[in-house]
Amino acid sequence: MDQPVGDPPANSAPAFELKAAAFIMPVIRLLRLDMDAVEAQLMPKVRQAPAFFQHTPVVIELSALPSEDEEVGFPQLVGLLRGLGMIPVGVRGGGGAQHEAAKAMELAILSDKTKPVKAPIDDDGAPEPAVTDPAIGVQVGVEAGAHLIDRPVRSGQRVYAAGGDLTVIAAVNSGAELMADGNIHVYAPLRGRAIAGLHGDTKARIFCSDLQAELVSVAGHYRVSDNIPASLKGCLTQVFLDHDVLRIEPL
Amino acid sequence: MARTIVITSGKGGVGKTTTAAAMAMGLAQRGHRTAVIDFDVGLRNLDLIMGCERRVVYDFANVINGDANLNQALIRDKRCEHLFILPASQTRDKDALTQEGVGRVIDELGKTYDYIVCDSPAGIEHGALMAMFFADDAVVVTNPEVSSVRDSDRMLGILASKSRRALENDEPIREFLLLTRYSPERVARGEMLGVEDVQEILSLNLLSVIPESMAVLNASNAGNPVILDHESDAGQAYADMVARYLGEERPMRFLEPERKGLLSRFFRG
Repeated sequence: MDQPVGDPPANSAPAFELKAAAFIMPVIRLLRLDMDAVEAQLMPKVRQAPAFFQHTPVVIELSALPSEDEEVGFPQLVGLLRGLGMIPVGVRGGGGAQHEAAKAMELAILSDKTKPVKAPIDDDGAPEPAVTDPAIGVQVGVEAGAHLIDRPVRSGQRVYAAGGDLTVIAAVNSGAELMADGNIHVYAPLRGRAIAGLHGDTKARIFCSDLQAELVSVAGHYRVSDNIPASLKGCLTQVFLDHDVLRIEPL
Repeated sequence: MARTIVITSGKGGVGKTTTAAAMAMGLAQRGHRTAVIDFDVGLRNLDLIMGCERRVVYDFANVINGDANLNQALIRDKRCEHLFILPASQTRDKDALTQEGVGRVIDELGKTYDYIVCDSPAGIEHGALMAMFFADDAVVVTNPEVSSVRDSDRMLGILASKSRRALENDEPIREFLLLTRYSPERVARGEMLGVEDVQEILSLNLLSVIPESMAVLNASNAGNPVILDHESDAGQAYADMVARYLGEERPMRFLEPERKGLLSRFFRG
């Protein structure tokens, strides 16, 4: 039978499903508007870890800039980032005028989800249903950005130190997860998981004074408790990558 | 304003209801007006342990839905005039508890009661979350056994992040450890976790150690909270617990294996 033009075909299987997912992305937190300085600071980092930056979606953070009204100069900034291989996808923080300029460059405006001091850790790990929102866990009762935990990390809790190292001076219980883009230091029994170099930094290390971890990982290379020598329990240990091989050795 | 205490654990079957009954009776016997609420909708047993199962007319869900007022639902204990029980519904499910409804009931009780003891169901789902949401104090009941310790640890994490005090950045809930079903003989033989082993993981304020005791089953059969059994070890350990909760100093008892003389072996009863 001929269908009138404009009607969908009678037995069409769905062409897509709408889902929610969360993605963790690097955030370039602008401290001052000096494009030359940004370029000078960024270039050596890109040269150090080109794979990390190539085709990587990044978010531009404006909240640390001194003024919400200052013109950011998005065309130049976006050009710079793209030139270094990154894909700027959106901005976070900043004022209305800055947002308008961002939208003109077809950048998304991402919501500012970071809570102030003493916010609870993302307890059940459920990401927000917005495709580009980074699912960042804020640390237990500590200033955001300090990346120091001084209370026991309980089973089921997850801590993520974005863009830096994580230091923990209380026990990390079984079922807890520590994640950091940089190194992880645990000066107490580590019984949970520790994942360093979350975004691929192969030079990240895990240091602990009592390794009883369920899983340790550096830049994706991991080992489970079964394969961690029991003799290391109670010793000062470091976990690091040596030419793509994960080593766990006494310090 | 009343102090709201949640008796929680994560793990099932560790002694929450036994503890809620004992603690509520203990507080009431010391002259404090106490209400004990069963949050285990659909699997209620606080009324059995308290011995008032044949006097249940209205329950918690009825009050939340407005079918009855609080005074109609609260059951006065026959042994202690300061103690009242709010039973759970047996016919509904946990969705009958809404945060707003629970909050209203606790607020209303708070006006005339000194202590509100909330008997939490096992698990970390809605029922357990409702029981601990409004708590000022939490007694985390733990057996000296690995899965119970881990589940208690998980529950502590949830208390620190999903309670009203946590969400409103208020002073955090005061957490207490209650170690139940403790057997000093098995600890001495290395079969069971000792107090230090449990504290290594949980590091909490230890409220009491309740020994494994036949008195607990006898008490629940009779519908009398075990704290009323003054001769039993468990009853005495619960009495110590209430005393310590109220700020009194009591040395920790029932931690050492009993040294059995020949005679006591014959006359053990």
